Amino acid sequence: MTALDRIRNVAIVAHIDHGKSTLADRLIELCGGLDRREMRGQVLDAMDIERERGITIKAQTARLDYVAEDGRTYLVNVIDTPGHVDFTYEVSRSLRACEGALLIVDATQGVEAQTVANAWLAVEADLEILPVINKIDLAAADAGKTRADIEEAVGIAASDAIGVSAKTGENMPAVLRAIVAGLPPPRSAGGDAPLKALLVDSRYDPYLGVVILARVIDGRLRKGQRVRMMGTGAAREIDRVGVMTPKPAPVDALGPGEIGFFTAAIKDIAECRVGDTITDDRAPAAEALPGFEPSVPVVFCGLYPADAADYNDLRDSLGKLRLNDASFHFEPETSAALGLGFRCGFLGLLHLEIVQERLEREFGLDLIATAPGVVYRVTRGDGETFELHNPADLPDPVLIGQVEEPWIRATIVAPDGRLGAVLRLCTDKRGEQVQLTYVGGRAMAVYRLPLAEVVFDFHDRLKSATRGYASFDYRLDGYRAGDLVRMDILVNGEAVDGLSAIVERSLAEGRGRAVCEKLKDAIPRQLFKVPIQAAIGGRIVARETIPALRKDVLAKCYGGDVSRKRKLLDRQKRGKKRMRRFGNVEIPQDAFLAALKLGD
Amino acid sequence: MTDAGPGFGVYVHWPFCRSRCPYCDFNSHVREAVDEAAWRGALVRETAHMAAVAPGRPVASVYFGGGTPSLMAPATVAAVLDAVARGWTVADDAEVTLEANPSSAEAGRFAGYRAAGVNRLSLGVQALDDGALRALGRRHDAAGARAALGLARRAFPRVSFDLIYARMGQTPAAWERELSEALDFGTGHLSLYQLAIEPGTRFHVLARRGALDLPAEDGQAAMYELTQALTEAAGLPAYEVSSHARPGFESRHNLTYWRSGEWVGVGPGAHGRLNRAGGVSVQRRQERAPETWLAAVSRRGHGGAAAETVAGGDRIAEVLMMGLRLKDGLGGADLARACGPGWEARIDAAGLDVLAAEGFLERLGDGGLRATARGWPVLNAVLARLLA
Repeated sequence: MTALDRIRNVAIVAHIDHGKSTLADRLIELCGGLDRREMRGQVLDAMDIERERGITIKAQTARLDYVAEDGRTYLVNVIDTPGHVDFTYEVSRSLRACEGALLIVDATQGVEAQTVANAWLAVEADLEILPVINKIDLAAADAGKTRADIEEAVGIAASDAIGVSAKTGENMPAVLRAIVAGLPPPRSAGGDAPLKALLVDSRYDPYLGVVILARVIDGRLRKGQRVRMMGTGAAREIDRVGVMTPKPAPVDALGPGEIGFFTAAIKDIAECRVGDTITDDRAPAAEALPGFEPSVPVVFCGLYPADAADYNDLRDSLGKLRLNDASFHFEPETSAALGLGFRCGFLGLLHLEIVQERLEREFGLDLIATAPGVVYRVTRGDGETFELHNPADLPDPVLIGQVEEPWIRATIVAPDGRLGAVLRLCTDKRGEQVQLTYVGGRAMAVYRLPLAEVVFDFHDRLKSATRGYASFDYRLDGYRAGDLVRMDILVNGEAVDGLSAIVERSLAEGRGRAVCEKLKDAIPRQLFKVPIQAAIGGRIVARETIPALRKDVLAKCYGGDVSRKRKLLDRQKRGKKRMRRFGNVEIPQDAFLAALKLGD
Repeated sequence: MTDAGPGFGVYVHWPFCRSRCPYCDFNSHVREAVDEAAWRGALVRETAHMAAVAPGRPVASVYFGGGTPSLMAPATVAAVLDAVARGWTVADDAEVTLEANPSSAEAGRFAGYRAAGVNRLSLGVQALDDGALRALGRRHDAAGARAALGLARRAFPRVSFDLIYARMGQTPAAWERELSEALDFGTGHLSLYQLAIEPGTRFHVLARRGALDLPAEDGQAAMYELTQALTEAAGLPAYEVSSHARPGFESRHNLTYWRSGEWVGVGPGAHGRLNRAGGVSVQRRQERAPETWLAAVSRRGHGGAAAETVAGGDRIAEVLMMGLRLKDGLGGADLARACGPGWEARIDAAGLDVLAAEGFLERLGDGGLRATARGWPVLNAVLARLLA
């Protein structure tokens, strides 16, 4: 066991692309955790998608032996935290495994929305924060302005923030010196106290079962010990304990203040929820660590195979993804327009994108995703409350007491000149201003917004309002009741499942018009004119009409053409299999995709 | 046992043109020189071969198509017609059509064609406007077309000509003037085609690039409706989607196609059809490339490239696709003979009900079927709905 005063646990937090993972690599290299040959870009991002998109999805750790200038060896645990809004809960749990955080800020970009959001999370977790200004080797770097930015926007002292270049290694030893000198060691009731460890992260390994990343607070975690997850109640015997150097290395036990992994032949990742407290099953701790709440999906969408024959493949692939991702949910769903598929739940839009991308890339599936929606909380007149994942399941209005929707607290950093457009957008989206401050030449707006409005088309509109020069971050901010109604889209008088949406009453008409217009453009002319309507209950709020087909006949068809022209007909006939019938018209499935994607 | 049904025809393909038109996707080729004696011999040989393949049928029509068959010497036409007469019994009133371009050189041969036995001339006029003719890549002008029409009417008992409408930049008003002039010529037959952009043509490339200013669907429909009204008023109503005739002047040869009758095809890329009882048809296709075809005929007496049996749903689709192009549709007996018994069970019954109820199709008293004036202009969509 390492003495507590020789341990430093430090999280690295930053805005996307500010160099977090490169900086972690450099620390590992300086401490000899991996030699040059073993180093490849961003060691701690294990998945291809993480490396490619420059984001960290699962928390990664490295345990480093740092020989300080006083000749003493310190054990430095570095946690590279998930760096995106969707994983805020995971970030906050990773932070609770540490006593300090390195806040990395790009000297060419300054403070961005995620910088602020993550820094605040670290402050809330009571962490000592060491600001580090990265990319000082670049010509556009402005370390002085960046220091001022940090002080203004985040509100922490930054005058002695260390300037480094993680890429060139410039001044990196100063970061290690500051970690030892400036961050506090862990506190603990000691190695003999009942085991209390924080479940920081978990991932599924096909050979070992679930591998759990844990931070020991009190007591010891050792091979052969029977442990219990206090939240889920699952109890298992540990068969392997180790640390990441960052290569996995076995150890006999983990003591107070240490971070490492263990396995216990666990097959179901749902038993191992991030934030849970691990204790000894026979000598349990009196109470769990505070703040455990399993993360639940807030964004839902339907995923359908583009080719119906791939349905079973999709089901198997979703099952495999779920093995490694307890926060991802799926259940079978049938759509008349799209066939058999799954309603899937995600932590947020990025999580959705990542899952979709993994399905397409790793499992080779061609997918149709319906427009994402949020989880509503519906209270019936009789007082019963349930969560609504699919707008089509909303009961008749007379049976509803109230409908609540998730709200977020959003931080937006944008150039001054674009502030007006940002504020207008937030107002359009039913936003409530919380705070407005100026940081250098930029403005930082904090708003409360309904999540549904953000998943609809907020990102696109923010991007165009600011020409891409805005950063955006959010965290969930509870549920609130709203004047919410279900809007159905009727084609030829019949509601199209998958196009129904829950909308705020005052926005319904505009939304309905947009969907109707999009469908009008997407649906080819039919033998009959086809009305397209948006309706709330029985009331039509928007209407378009696709005029009937007027001219579609071969000009010439003679003896030499018969088979060739018939084969053209055959293609149309085959297309019939992907048609959805509405009364007396048949509409190709593809036509609905454009409307389903509205808001992308 | 063969069943000739609605008649038997001989189609002869002359694959050469002086130049390729940018809208044409027929089997046409431009060659510096053609050894016409060799070609004459080959066409005659293949005609004799076809007579052995499809013996015993009385020939109701012969059709020289292309390419540009009016580039053939009248003697070549005469030699082929002689071969037809040797191979089969030719009806006294057989229709013998030749497609011709309205250039002065070709008009000079009209008398020779008539002497060879051609009794119906189909002129590829395409437009009565010099600018439009240039845009369509035609080598003649409007004055030449008018002159050729005059000569043709004096030389042949029956004359037809083609026009293309819904051309680039064309308005309904301009088409109305052009069609009125065309009707004033007083021919018994007119083929009025909406410009179709076919894959593999220069227009297809241009259209994809957005470089062709084609009328939109509503404009096309307006010109189609105008066409129906004007031709009806002039006594040449449509008897097929694009074919208009004074009663009795319909193309008998083409009716054989639309009624799913039988024909043989002679020449490069020509197709033939011979039917068997029970809704089975055998399609024969000749080698497409002129030189390949010529070599094959000299080696083995025919240029056959493939024979394919068409039956079941495919046959029903073909029969309906062709037959619903006719104003009269197909009678119940014709349908049963061409499609085989039980064909009704193989189409989309619910689709037929909807199409009939909405007035796109009409069920005939004898179990036949016809497309209505409402169904005709959208026949592709009607067929897609009808075919299961």
